[in-house]
Amino acid sequence: MKVNYELCDICGTCAGVCPVDGIEIGEFKVNIDNEICINCLKCLKVCPIKAIEEGVS
Amino acid sequence: MTKSKYDVVVIGAGPTGSTAARFAAENGASVLILERDREPGIPVRCAEGVSHAGLIRFIEPDPKWIAAKIEVAKLISPNGEVAYMHQNGTGYVLERRIFDTELCNIACSKGAELLTKADAIGLIFENEKIIGVKYKYLGEIKEVFCNIVIGADGIESRVGRWAGIKTDLALEDVDTCVQYTMTNINLDEEACEFYFGQNVSPGGYLWVFPKSKTTANVGIGIAGHLAEKKGPKEYLDEFIEKRFPNGKINYTVFGGVPTAATLKEIVKDNIMLVGDAARQVNPITGGGIIQGMVAAKICGIIAGEAVQNSKFEKKFLKKYRKEWDKELGNNQKVMFSLKEKFMCMTDERFNNLVKFCNSVPQEEFTTAALFKRAVKDDPKLVLDIAKAFVVSKLKK
Repeated sequence: MKVNYELCDICGTCAGVCPVDGIEIGEFKVNIDNEICINCLKCLKVCPIKAIEEGVS
Repeated sequence: MTKSKYDVVVIGAGPTGSTAARFAAENGASVLILERDREPGIPVRCAEGVSHAGLIRFIEPDPKWIAAKIEVAKLISPNGEVAYMHQNGTGYVLERRIFDTELCNIACSKGAELLTKADAIGLIFENEKIIGVKYKYLGEIKEVFCNIVIGADGIESRVGRWAGIKTDLALEDVDTCVQYTMTNINLDEEACEFYFGQNVSPGGYLWVFPKSKTTANVGIGIAGHLAEKKGPKEYLDEFIEKRFPNGKINYTVFGGVPTAATLKEIVKDNIMLVGDAARQVNPITGGGIIQGMVAAKICGIIAGEAVQNSKFEKKFLKKYRKEWDKELGNNQKVMFSLKEKFMCMTDERFNNLVKFCNSVPQEEFTTAALFKRAVKDDPKLVLDIAKAFVVSKLKK
């Protein structure tokens, strides 16, 4: 998964649905750990601004 | 300077984190609050509605953090019919930015310490026992030791996961939300508006919470599993074009609201979860400020008692669970079971419901009277009415 930082509002909703704790929410940036990501796409579906896309940045 | 050890470390300085810290400190614990952002209360990801009755359990209403006083809830059906509800008591739309700071100041006045720009990144374990928190502060990784960690880290709820608690939400159990704070709009300052419908806000609702005669929080939450093709922003933009064509958007904020039951596990040895992090939110209204603060008070008091008795195991801390269930947790479970039905209500059903509400004389507009009428007129409507009342309580 990759984050479109132009859109991301760092709201943390993606981390709230992540089944593997693969999303880190910092003060200024969201970071998805693709090493542990299982591609369930929950984060992509729930993101209110559609800032998450498939693929690796 | 921040000490190296506290009795309790609270992660997150929202209303629940600050309230838990306040009551833990009042009950004799030394407390440190770690907040990731540079001050409490920002960014505001909230519709900001609370009830007078709920608020005064914790703090006297103060004009400096109250934007508007609400006396009426309007329910608007998909076909545009409006039902007015006057019998739900006074509510307020807050200025969370100031409110959160005030709650944090109260916690600090009771002896808690606050450190902002302190981003918790993990727990410290010793022989599998939680003994502290790792956090980033101004580019450095720091450690603070404690007997109890309170996770008040909101929707993301990662603190619980670090402790091995399953906190991830199913897509059906999270509302994905957008809110604009709009100006240049005409409003009834004392009324909150709730819009329903499959084409308006699938699996959730759309709200207009006035902050003055010309300013309001206008937002929407839709069920996570219904948002893949068309997101909340698209629904909200369509609504605004019709309802507030001349309105101006000042603030834009995105966020998620848990609409689940309380987590199965909210305590383990040396750790307690509270508020959105514990999913202590009304799953139908999405209201979480008062509910979270109620939980936080119990959580804080029990953390304080744990410190006084040097008992930090789950066995002692689970008193928090028991009291929470008694206070609101069991009620939340009932709401959760109703939510599913609410989520798949058809437009026709919403239309009928609002029509029915209007057929009841205003002075009879109490829950008990409505139930009686509803059973007489249409037993199937009872459930819907129960839900409508719950929805109207969001403004409380």
